[in-house]
Amino acid sequence: MAAAETPELSAEADLSEKTQPSTLRLVLRNKAVFWGGLLLLAMVAIAIIGPFFTVAPTEQNVMSRLKAPSSAFWFGTDFLGRDVFSRVVHGGRISLVVGISVALIATAIGMVTGMIAGYIRWLDAPVMRVMDGLMAIPAILLAIAMIAISGATLTTVIVAITIPEVPRVVRLVRSVVLTVREEPYVEAAIAAGTRLPFILIRHILPNTIAPMIVQATYICGAAMLTESILGFLGAGIPPEIPSWGNIMSEGRTYFQLTPWIIFYPGVALALTVLAVNIVGDGLRDTLDPRIARKMRA
Amino acid sequence: MTGSTPVLEIRNLSVALPKGADRPFAVEDISFTVGAKEIVCVVGESGSGKSVTAFTTMGLNPKEVKAVKGEIILQGEDLLKKSVAEMRRLRGEKMAMIFQEPMTALNPVIKVGEQIREMLEIHTELSPAEQKARVLEVMEDVSLPDHVKMYDSYPHQLSGGQRQRIMIAMALALEPGLLIADEPTTALDVTTQAQILELIKDIQQRHGTGVLFITHDFGVVAEIADRIVVMQKGKVVEQGTRDEILLRPQHPYTKMLIASVPSMEPSHRAEIDKTAPALIAQKVNKTYGGVGLFRKSREVHANKDVNLVVHRRETLGVVGESGSGKSTLARCIVRLQDPTSGHIEVEGADIATISESAMRPHRRDIQIVFQDPYRSLNPRRTVGQSIVEGPMNFGVSAAEAEARAKELMEIVGLSAEALDRFPHQFSGGQRQRICIARALAMQPKVLIADEAVSALDVSVQAQVLDLLDDVRERYDLAMLFITHDLRVAAQICDRIMVMQNGVVVEEGETAKVYANPQHEYTRTLLAAAPGRDVAFAK
Repeated sequence: MAAAETPELSAEADLSEKTQPSTLRLVLRNKAVFWGGLLLLAMVAIAIIGPFFTVAPTEQNVMSRLKAPSSAFWFGTDFLGRDVFSRVVHGGRISLVVGISVALIATAIGMVTGMIAGYIRWLDAPVMRVMDGLMAIPAILLAIAMIAISGATLTTVIVAITIPEVPRVVRLVRSVVLTVREEPYVEAAIAAGTRLPFILIRHILPNTIAPMIVQATYICGAAMLTESILGFLGAGIPPEIPSWGNIMSEGRTYFQLTPWIIFYPGVALALTVLAVNIVGDGLRDTLDPRIARKMRA
Repeated sequence: MTGSTPVLEIRNLSVALPKGADRPFAVEDISFTVGAKEIVCVVGESGSGKSVTAFTTMGLNPKEVKAVKGEIILQGEDLLKKSVAEMRRLRGEKMAMIFQEPMTALNPVIKVGEQIREMLEIHTELSPAEQKARVLEVMEDVSLPDHVKMYDSYPHQLSGGQRQRIMIAMALALEPGLLIADEPTTALDVTTQAQILELIKDIQQRHGTGVLFITHDFGVVAEIADRIVVMQKGKVVEQGTRDEILLRPQHPYTKMLIASVPSMEPSHRAEIDKTAPALIAQKVNKTYGGVGLFRKSREVHANKDVNLVVHRRETLGVVGESGSGKSTLARCIVRLQDPTSGHIEVEGADIATISESAMRPHRRDIQIVFQDPYRSLNPRRTVGQSIVEGPMNFGVSAAEAEARAKELMEIVGLSAEALDRFPHQFSGGQRQRICIARALAMQPKVLIADEAVSALDVSVQAQVLDLLDDVRERYDLAMLFITHDLRVAAQICDRIMVMQNGVVVEEGETAKVYANPQHEYTRTLLAAAPGRDVAFAK
């Protein structure tokens, strides 16, 4: 064609490096992520470092039972004279361990299952029906049943909370896979003879990461709440290990007399879950391309 | 220009882009007019600012994109000085707009008649009965068949052309002085496009409307324009009457653009050695549906007994409108879809119905280049990684694959250093070159181009077409070229195959088919190609 020589590449020569801020910086620029993250970091730091500076949470002091908060006992003491501050700090470890483990395990299992269900067509229907079944199991009932069978341990609680969370992750990953698998670059990879595992890992998995991170934060928050509910019902972590849930459970009887036993672990729980959810919201706003575009426009 | 005062006059308009955009102004110091009973085409490639001009006139720009200088005078009133409420009244009454995609421009859950009536409800004092009567009147005016019944239809029940007619009816309901059409036929098939262009011309004549017509397609321009405004990077580079611009362009950019428009005249092609078929397809069928759990669902024949042969160094064009089955055929041949039955022979092996694992060794022989350059490359992998992936799947060492990738980058006209970059750093045309390099890296025997140049601007399109023709010769490729664009097909295809509803209706040498079409449908297609009788300046 006659035009071919004229502009060659000049009409579309745009090989300049476009300066794009790194994803991390973009994420931190979001106020919700920044402040939520700061709050969460503070809670984590307290949970990790705090226990080294407090008295043992199980140390009983019969002389000072049900004492109001003071300079000696910041959050007061409970009916056995245990320091509520120390118990809340130790309880934070349990909550965070449960929240984070459930989020990690549920996303890991959900990611693999979701990719398989989304990509391998004949497996889609059977896998998803099993997931529908799992989703019908209420976490709390399942936990109570499992603890009745195998005893109250941290592992049982984590497994019991994880199982009903998995299908939510599977659904999310599957929906991403279903849209991405139709992308021409995935088809080009198929046409280039790329084997299935590589198609999944190279071309499809990276697209699921962003929504997964967001979902993981919500799961983390929900798991901490469920753990506390279980503790409160007496079906969670055994009472010798303090968790926010069982501290509140034990304080319930004395609520009118000594409200601080319930108040402080309650505040700690609310703040932590709030921090996790704020971070999740912020991440969704920056990582979800559709919403991100709207926010910038 | 018509002697009377213009309907729309744009004077020294500059529209600023937000900070961080690739240039400070979306449009800079542009001036032109649209007279009554006049169609002014604003043409330009992507990023030329033609749509921003239309949106600024309608007052529909996002907040950040602001007119900073100049005037837009619509029938004596400066639109840039109007309040939001005044603009709302003017839109519809004095000016109206039709868009590219009629499906998304209509609300899917409201009957189309009611959607038109809403215009009258908002802007007039007519009683509901009078409103409905008026709606039926405009629906008849845009030649909608059975308009009384169609009043109660929902958008999804109509064809693309009918939807666009509804949009036009809606725009015309209040008899505005100015109609802005932003690529109104780009999403339509060529035969429908011809009808809509005819309709716009006819209505504009009868109602004396001024039309501002935004398009990138010079065929359409030739068909419809009274005057033409050529834009490049936000500036008007040239304007004049249709004949001045199309036949005697002055500015080098206009000259380059018009010279890039592929001619309807088939180009001369070298003789092909017809003894070496590279790809043979026999009785390929692809049906959708037909099986259902509880009842047999409706069966759709996407391809019905399709036969084709492509020889080495030959380009076979497959042309047809949307739904003709041309893309399904391509995808069946690359085995991205499984044909229901038939034989597809490549390098002596029948690959039509073999299993995925048996297919794998044959994959390197057939490669495909897709339409959308923005979605064809994995955004998270470097261009180099994308190109070497295929060869390395077949045991080529990383060093060797990379050396070949570098060589191919040069061949497709890009620098070898660009291999470390990511797709977003390239323009559409460059990405399409990369996709071609990726396909060639497999050393295929057959290359399928599925609308490979359809998404590109006309000047880039010409270059990519040249590249495709060049690599076909260099590597002895058999090429299957899928397109809806008869101009493009004329330039690159040795033979041509016309498909309609999954069936091949005509096949033959390009020059012969264009000069003497045998099938009725081929004749319709050729007649509908916009601007077919205009000999663009070369």
